[in-house]
Amino acid sequence: MSFPWAKHYEPKNPVMQWVDSRLPLPRFVYNAVGAGYPVPRNLNYWWNFGVLAGVALVCQLITGIVLAMHFHSSAVGAFESVNVGIMRDVNAGWFLRFAHANGASMFFIVIYIHMFRGLYYGSYKAPREMVWLLGVVIFLLLMATAFMGYVLPWGQMSFWGAQVITGFFSAIPVVGDWIRIWLLGGYAPDDATLNRFFSLHYLLPFVVAGAVILHIWALHIPGSSNPTGVEVKGEQDTVPFHPYYTAKDGVGVLVFLMVFSVLIFFAPDYLGHPDNYIPANPLSTPAHIVPEWYFWPFYAILRACTSNFILDAKLWGVIAMFASILVLFFLPWLDNSPVRSGSYRPAYRIAFWVLVADVLLLGWCGGSPAEPLYVILSQIGAAYYFAHFLIIVPLISRYETPKPLPNSITEAVLAKTGA
Amino acid sequence: MTPWIIDKIKYLVGALFAAIFLWALFWTVWGVVQEPPAETAEHAMHKHPEKLALASDGPLGKFDRRQLQRGFQVYKEVCATCHSLNLVSFRNLKDLGYTDPEVKKIAKDWAVKQPVFDEKGGTWGERDNAPADRFPKVYYAGTGSPPDLSLITKARHDGAAYVHSLLTGYNQKPPAEAVKKFPEFAKTPEGMHFNPYFANLNIAMPPPLTQDGQVTYADGTRATVDQMSKDVAAFLVWTAEPTLETRRMVGWVVLGFLLLATILAYGAYRVVWANVKH
Repeated sequence: MSFPWAKHYEPKNPVMQWVDSRLPLPRFVYNAVGAGYPVPRNLNYWWNFGVLAGVALVCQLITGIVLAMHFHSSAVGAFESVNVGIMRDVNAGWFLRFAHANGASMFFIVIYIHMFRGLYYGSYKAPREMVWLLGVVIFLLLMATAFMGYVLPWGQMSFWGAQVITGFFSAIPVVGDWIRIWLLGGYAPDDATLNRFFSLHYLLPFVVAGAVILHIWALHIPGSSNPTGVEVKGEQDTVPFHPYYTAKDGVGVLVFLMVFSVLIFFAPDYLGHPDNYIPANPLSTPAHIVPEWYFWPFYAILRACTSNFILDAKLWGVIAMFASILVLFFLPWLDNSPVRSGSYRPAYRIAFWVLVADVLLLGWCGGSPAEPLYVILSQIGAAYYFAHFLIIVPLISRYETPKPLPNSITEAVLAKTGA
Repeated sequence: MTPWIIDKIKYLVGALFAAIFLWALFWTVWGVVQEPPAETAEHAMHKHPEKLALASDGPLGKFDRRQLQRGFQVYKEVCATCHSLNLVSFRNLKDLGYTDPEVKKIAKDWAVKQPVFDEKGGTWGERDNAPADRFPKVYYAGTGSPPDLSLITKARHDGAAYVHSLLTGYNQKPPAEAVKKFPEFAKTPEGMHFNPYFANLNIAMPPPLTQDGQVTYADGTRATVDQMSKDVAAFLVWTAEPTLETRRMVGWVVLGFLLLATILAYGAYRVVWANVKH
């Protein structure tokens, strides 16, 4: 599962020898993220974001486990346990809470950059389809986890967010209402809902951790992709993960922590919504119900379906929203171009940047009130989003003439550094 | 050979989704053309809060303790009649510079008492507040439902500026042009008060700060309506997050440490990669 020139683990310390011969865990780590994993030498900083996502997951797990020790999972006590207990009385509780809430945002920033990196450099293509598929699974699990976590403080947006999101299921014909009641454990979000969301919010991150292990395992079979998209041809193309990429990722992690710290310590409420500082009130609907920023593009797609078209508009909205993520599962087979990297694909590169702009546009519309201007822009943006993946990318991969590829990673590196 | 339909199905699905959105787009545009969206009363009359500068603003901001004490006095003498402060405890007031005996006295003299349930008699009674108690809930029977103020500066856009503008925004009339468009605003409904900073424009709360000198400040500051609104807004920034200063102080230490660590890590990266072109 690795290149023949990968270094072999030879522990010098007798204790490690003893452990390794009985349980080869040190060997496993060495081969996964140590000197035993050869990595292309030309990775740029966009390749830091996989490790950063791992760091974000660990931050969320640690802060989350401690927060759970102080959280009361009940409709009567949740808001108070967060806003009085944790924020005022628990030692450094304000830090844990702000780190966890903003940690979710940091996680999604990192994940989105990681995904767009994969899109630009064609990291989803053979032989790395499984890495991509598992990545989409992780993304879906994270969305579910983040949504349920946002419900826990039981503020106005928590409650009405739960109301709206579970309402999607009532769009399903015939059994929709029944499914919604089953999911909520009642006719409206209440204790039963809060408790099951808390239970699942605690469980899912460990499922994510399991999927992350599979994601990395699948990555280590072919090895990491690289900015040229040309496969590794020999030992001169790679460097050992440690110390080369541990050193480079170290810089990335510290920059990540600085951005994270600015949010936690100087703008902890910047990405949140003021309404979630109002206790949940089933009798008072907020003027604008908006999810957290990382759901805005999908929320825009949901709200863009305003006209019935054989099926009910609401059902189309739900189908389109889920389809906008599920389409990513098919991407490795929608893009048939043998060239991976967008750097050598002039037409795809343009389409990629238009997609980035399109997703940003959808995000902006999703965070804005449902006024005609934003609805019209979402409709254009949503139509383009599906056209990109299902029509434009397949056509480009068929008719595009790619630029000549370098013969090897080393050749590309030497050409760039002028040696 | 992939069957023709498998090969083309992506275009069909893509075209279907694009068609659904373009169909919806057509009807949205049609609707806007047929019936251009009318301006709402909120849009015509609502005002964004005026800018407010407080000592606690910015990454280096610190609370002005004397202002917080004045703000607490305004809360106690004016707001507390209708609005509770239930997430804050009396003991927290030590943060504002009050001594232990002063906090004890404030708690003991607080007009609303703590409810206590008598297990033997099965009846509710009350007792004086103690420093360990939270500010008691206030039950209000009149029009409207006065919100708890503990988190109000976090629960509204522009927090403190909103509180200040709302409190000083009463003596305004709706603009004459807007009234022409929305004649229902010519006369404010019974029991309501026009206030352009309030989301619904008509607020149930009567003007709470009506005249200069309504509160007599112990530190000799002139108690204008503007001053009292500023002070109570500053106080409510503190109630919303009493750990605000600690948060920022820790933040500077953390950022300093991380900056140093980043410089070292970058140096390590340069050293490790010194002999490898990449």
